[in-house]
Amino acid sequence: MNNKYMKPLVNGLFKENPTFVLMLGMCPTLAVTTSAMNGLGMGLTTTVVLIMSNLIISLLRNVIPDKVRIPAYIVIIASFVTVVELLLEGFIPALYSALGIYIPLIVVNCIILGRAESFASKNGPIESIFDGIGMGLGFTLGLTSIGMVREILGAGQIFGLQVLPASYEGITIFILAPGAFFVLAALTAVQNKVRNKKGKKAPVSRCGDGCTSCQNTGCTGKIEGEAK
Amino acid sequence: MKELIIIAIGAALVNNVVLSQFLGLCPFLGVSKKIDTAAGMGGAIIFVITISSAITSLIYTFVLEKTGLTYLKTIVFILVIAALVQFVEMFLKKTMPALYQSLGVYLPLITTNCAVLGIAITNVQKEYNLLESIVNGFATAIGFTIAIVILAGLREKMEYNDVPESFQGMPIVLITSGLMAIAFFGFSGLI
Repeated sequence: MNNKYMKPLVNGLFKENPTFVLMLGMCPTLAVTTSAMNGLGMGLTTTVVLIMSNLIISLLRNVIPDKVRIPAYIVIIASFVTVVELLLEGFIPALYSALGIYIPLIVVNCIILGRAESFASKNGPIESIFDGIGMGLGFTLGLTSIGMVREILGAGQIFGLQVLPASYEGITIFILAPGAFFVLAALTAVQNKVRNKKGKKAPVSRCGDGCTSCQNTGCTGKIEGEAK
Repeated sequence: MKELIIIAIGAALVNNVVLSQFLGLCPFLGVSKKIDTAAGMGGAIIFVITISSAITSLIYTFVLEKTGLTYLKTIVFILVIAALVQFVEMFLKKTMPALYQSLGVYLPLITTNCAVLGIAITNVQKEYNLLESIVNGFATAIGFTIAIVILAGLREKMEYNDVPESFQGMPIVLITSGLMAIAFFGFSGLI
């Protein structure tokens, strides 16, 4: 496989995994991961939107004027979210009702606008599709693994299949809101531990800087625009 | 009147926007290092969410429903919110420089805050009328401010604590938020 295409793919899955490394898109990460299935569904939905928006933005990158690029990106992303939302409502109503309000909120998911700004607006359509696949699958991987941990601890199941003996009483708190915080905290701590052992400095969470990575794509654009 | 109070308490305390619905998590984790910045962010959010709830509710009832284009709500709402934030910023800068001084930095950060869009969509899904939407928006933002100020207070104290190395930074903040979420469960008996 051509290295040019594989690199963004692997990059999104591991090196710049959006959930664990970049800490982007925290709202859906915590909200919909009550079970592995919901996490997987949300991840794949976001992946589809990400691939399509990356493709279109990459194709239009020379047409969209620099000053209005952020609103233009948002309209493109919002259109695909609407398409996906209607498709889900029509064909997979169970997932649609499980994800609820978080489907329209994919529009403001930091990952999508972030990739549009930092990758798709600078690269060709094919690379952008692969970047979308890589980042999307990385996000899916993050959501599904958090969902699996919560589902095992909270209900003793994975993807709805009983894996722990029936005598195991689920710790309900892990399916409820606080559990999401605890599981993510534990997973991030484990990751920090591994990183510290390797002697690498823990990455400063981009979310910790006031979500600047995502929101600043909007506001740096605006500030630059104003400066001109 | 009674219904409005129930909506308000529900939105601010029982279904707290950050701690039980996970909306607006980025500013919640990011801008909560100091109490005064947290309060500034909270103030800006109260301002923007209240106005945007009113405007999106009006647009939904009088434009989208009349023309049968309700499926376009996501696109319309996000554009309205983005434009509104810009407008509020310019308006404040011109007319109320003192308020702009204290809120100005936070305003651009709010455009892509999922809480603002989330509230606009919730208002539509729950079929709230104009007044109910405004109350819901205002109370939700108050709930956000309560949560972020409490977290900032805790983080200021935590600065001096001896946190295990792997838990420094984000993990300990997440655990604190989780404990706060448990504490907020206590409100669930209110309504």
